[in-house]
Amino acid sequence: MEEEWIPKITLFCCNWCSYAGSDDAGVGRKQQPPTTRTIRVMCSGRTDPAFVLAALLEGSDAVLFTGCHIGDCHYISGNYKAKKKFEMLKEVVDELGLEDERLQLQWISASEGSEFAAYINKVTEEIEAIGPSPLRQEWMK
Amino acid sequence: MERVGSVLVVGGGVGGIQASLDLADSGFKVYLIDHRPSIGGGMAQLDKTFPTCDCSLCIESPKLVEASRHPNIDVLGYTELISVEGEAGNFIAKINKKSRYVDVDICNGCGACTAKCPVKGIPSEFDEGIGERRAIYIPFSQAVPNKATIDVEHCLVFTIGRNCKGCRKACTLDAIKLDMEDEEVDLRVGAVLFATGAVPYDPSDLTQYSPEHPDVLTAMQFERLMCANGPTGGHIKRLSDGEDPKRIAFIQCVGSRTPKKDIEYCSAVCCNYATKEAIITKEHSRDVDISIFYMDYRACGKGFEEFYKRGKEEYGINYIRSRASEVYQSNGNLVVKYEDLDEAQIKEEEFDMVILSVGLSQPKRTQDLLRKIGVNLNEFGMVETVMNHPVETNVPGIFVCGTAQGPKDIPETVAQSSGAAGKIGSLLSDARNTLTVKKELPPEKDVTGEEPRIGVFVCHCGINIGGVVDVPAVVEYVKTLPNVVYAADQPYTCSDDGNKQIFDKIHEFDLNRVVVAACTPRTHEPLFQATCAEAGLNPFLFEFANIREHCSWIHMDEKELATQKAKEVVRMSVAKARLLEPLERGEIPVNQKALVIGGGISGMSAALDLAAGGFPVCLVERSGELGGLLKHVTALPRGKDPRDILNETIKKVEENDLINVYLNSEVTSVSGSVGNFTAKILSHGKEDEIDFGVAILATGGDEFKPDGYYGYDGKRVITQLELEKIIDEIEANTIVMIQCVGSREEEPPRTYCSKICCTEAVKNAIRIKERNPKTEVFILYKDVRTYGINELLYRDARDKGVIFIRYTDEQKPVVNEYVEVYDEFIGQEIKIKPDLVVLSTPMVPNEDNDAVGKMFKVPLAPSNFFLEAHVKLRPVDFATDGVYLCGLAHGPKPIDECIAQASAAAGRASIPLSAGKVIAEAIVASVDEEKCVGCGVCEDKCAYLAVSIEDGKATVNRAMCKGCGTCVTACPTGAMEQLHFKNDQILAQVKHAFAW
Repeated sequence: MEEEWIPKITLFCCNWCSYAGSDDAGVGRKQQPPTTRTIRVMCSGRTDPAFVLAALLEGSDAVLFTGCHIGDCHYISGNYKAKKKFEMLKEVVDELGLEDERLQLQWISASEGSEFAAYINKVTEEIEAIGPSPLRQEWMK
Repeated sequence: MERVGSVLVVGGGVGGIQASLDLADSGFKVYLIDHRPSIGGGMAQLDKTFPTCDCSLCIESPKLVEASRHPNIDVLGYTELISVEGEAGNFIAKINKKSRYVDVDICNGCGACTAKCPVKGIPSEFDEGIGERRAIYIPFSQAVPNKATIDVEHCLVFTIGRNCKGCRKACTLDAIKLDMEDEEVDLRVGAVLFATGAVPYDPSDLTQYSPEHPDVLTAMQFERLMCANGPTGGHIKRLSDGEDPKRIAFIQCVGSRTPKKDIEYCSAVCCNYATKEAIITKEHSRDVDISIFYMDYRACGKGFEEFYKRGKEEYGINYIRSRASEVYQSNGNLVVKYEDLDEAQIKEEEFDMVILSVGLSQPKRTQDLLRKIGVNLNEFGMVETVMNHPVETNVPGIFVCGTAQGPKDIPETVAQSSGAAGKIGSLLSDARNTLTVKKELPPEKDVTGEEPRIGVFVCHCGINIGGVVDVPAVVEYVKTLPNVVYAADQPYTCSDDGNKQIFDKIHEFDLNRVVVAACTPRTHEPLFQATCAEAGLNPFLFEFANIREHCSWIHMDEKELATQKAKEVVRMSVAKARLLEPLERGEIPVNQKALVIGGGISGMSAALDLAAGGFPVCLVERSGELGGLLKHVTALPRGKDPRDILNETIKKVEENDLINVYLNSEVTSVSGSVGNFTAKILSHGKEDEIDFGVAILATGGDEFKPDGYYGYDGKRVITQLELEKIIDEIEANTIVMIQCVGSREEEPPRTYCSKICCTEAVKNAIRIKERNPKTEVFILYKDVRTYGINELLYRDARDKGVIFIRYTDEQKPVVNEYVEVYDEFIGQEIKIKPDLVVLSTPMVPNEDNDAVGKMFKVPLAPSNFFLEAHVKLRPVDFATDGVYLCGLAHGPKPIDECIAQASAAAGRASIPLSAGKVIAEAIVASVDEEKCVGCGVCEDKCAYLAVSIEDGKATVNRAMCKGCGTCVTACPTGAMEQLHFKNDQILAQVKHAFAW
């Protein structure tokens, strides 16, 4: 079982930019490891800290916040609010004793399919390097 | 005479699309044709747009999809207009639907055919020849319609008669029909709109710039090179050797402002796109050196001057005032030879890449067609219009918008498009809603209290999904999930067959939730939602699982893991579907009256257009008379006396029974939202209350009074508008005009370029010269910004002997008895003794803007002009629905642009007015009053002012909520929910994300 472990990454995408960027990566056939599961929200500002903590407790090895670049938010300023929540959660994750890589924020525009794929590849490598989430192992005991 | 309620829009660029959407939304049937395989036009090819560097396709593509899905727009790609006959209100337009050799009703745009076509290396039109395509192709991945087209000039079947079956074998739908023929169709339409656009100037005859060299690109080719969906995936490299360029030159005015007869005009957009491309290049790699060789930097538009400044100061772009005469090769690199205009020297400099900032020219084919139809063109092949009718051609019922009428940027194009749509709406107002369709839906099934009965449809998408993911295994897995009562695989769920199956199974299995596992919800969700609705199921009981873009296409070599992921992705969607609830798309009734604030030419034009559409208007003017700033202008750059235009307009307003004019009046308070506003108007000491559904802010502007600048005294030193008053009486030997007085300053509010002052000065200089050729006229300038065809005035002024002397911010002119200015070109101080000094000062916004903005909850830009909803695509809308702007309220601009914007604002406002209702967003925030403690966090978070605390509880205004869900996340008690994205729905997805 342990040999088969691959990272499990929960990915929150906003409808207008990062979800579309992820689509663009697909259209461009930009290959990525099958480590992510995407949850679409209308705006990154909707990414509730409760969702992030639930994902971590459910055993995700990492959670990614993604959204429109600052200044491009479809809803004027939702991504600023997402950023604030992310920064707050960062401290929580730190308190939980989780590594920095397990909670990340990335802005991706609708046309940045290549950047999106490169990012997923990078995150997967980072998580592979640090291994499964200790929270998950804790949970399974 | 009977008027036909349909419109032909020729040209599917952003202008044609906008006009089509506006027309279809206001009750007209639209045929939108484009000779290219896809709509999208030049904007679809751009990487970014200036001055915000927004991703171009990201902002345009939703409009493409919206047009393609609109029940009252027929998008006909690959279709040409042949002829137009008839009269305003009733034309017969003959079109030719060129054969694609692909049945568009069957093709689903999967692209399998393209991959199997053996003919490679055909220069892609979409990539401006620097990328390649096959003989069967879809021009770009977001193409609309997303259908393949066979290029018979290259397809082996057509060229050499080989029985090649590459595409036919690859197409599992049998959509390729080699015996297909062109089809001519007669369309009966009430009006025709030409949105045919312009094309980048072809520099191949300008051999002095070595246009054939692989590292000399046009700016449009460079856009494709920069763009993530371009031939290099957005990697900026030399096409000759693949090296990253370290030094890039932009040469401006290639194919514009040249003595050659047909390209004398300025193309108006090149300075700003060059800065944009330079900035993006710098963002790719900071260590690239970029030089822009320009003659006058023309930042004539909202935010452009500030953008130019950023290019200079933040990005370190070198702007070299010069004339580049030659580009030649030397040691594998390119040398630009130029005359440095600041130092009056010939210089040479080496670069790795040279970008030619080519102008906009009119395609010959369109010109021929327009002439045949009887539309007047100017000497450059642009459609001729008059100042006060900027979107009407000489042929009644035939309209024009965008660059077909002259060079212009995207927002001006969009404004003209909405303006033309508004004008057409007025012309055909009797025929509104006569040819449009409205889908009749069966009554909705009540699912309250029912146990979820979920049907899951898993799409193979040919081999797009099925070639990687084991679809039958996914179906078997899905069947094991709770509440799934039906699951099946389908070859193409999006096909008519696929949809019919969904429809049938909803009835057969009494499904109350539907999940489709296929491609992306961003393109296909509305389709399946519509199918659900047709089967009597609320469309919000539908959920998507994306197993193509987010799975099969990106895990092509990992079939097992991709299958596992697909199962889990579907499982997440099923988990959410279980908790879905039906939603209502409420309707808000609209009071079919309008309020227009401002009685200048913009406000009056908007009021007249609204009244022509049959809508009553209250026109509120602060001063005692109509006319605004235009009252003070005594001549226009070309032709007509503006006072004739103004008087004619005032007369029409006063005689119009539908327009109620309030003079000496002001709006003191506003309440309500789109459809139902109420305002208090203070008029002659009395307060009146009026109700209306929409408002247009045309608050205008004023000329900046330059107290403290250059000894301004209103006598010997005056402004341009003061000159207008006395211009026919002045006796002067020498007149000096100074440009940019009080504009383009370092600090807000007047950092902007006022757009019209150069043309104004040149116009008045010509008038002075025409009256007395002996009067010496000097114009002291920073850049001469006579953009567009105003460039001809600049030329005319020089021919008439007006002397232009450039000054810089470091050495500004000094005005005493003499005017002293340092002329860099001759390297000398010049001393002039003028009888009159004229200061060209900017337009400044109405001082009431702040108060008006607060009342309507609409924002101001740092300049105190109003800030529109989107600088590119929504130039006359506010983010607040039901409120629009036009004219100087938006920013400085000439009269024809004000009038076009006024028509645009009226046209946009006519959409809710003519519908009599607006559809409220379904995915909105909602409050559980039991849980709400009235803390107000939600109110603070809402960027749209849609949430307020009333009687100690949060209340959501459904008409204003955009459904982002930010307030929901902020709510500390869980009282706020975002419908369709509720906390438990998202948490269900989180929990089912991974199978352990």
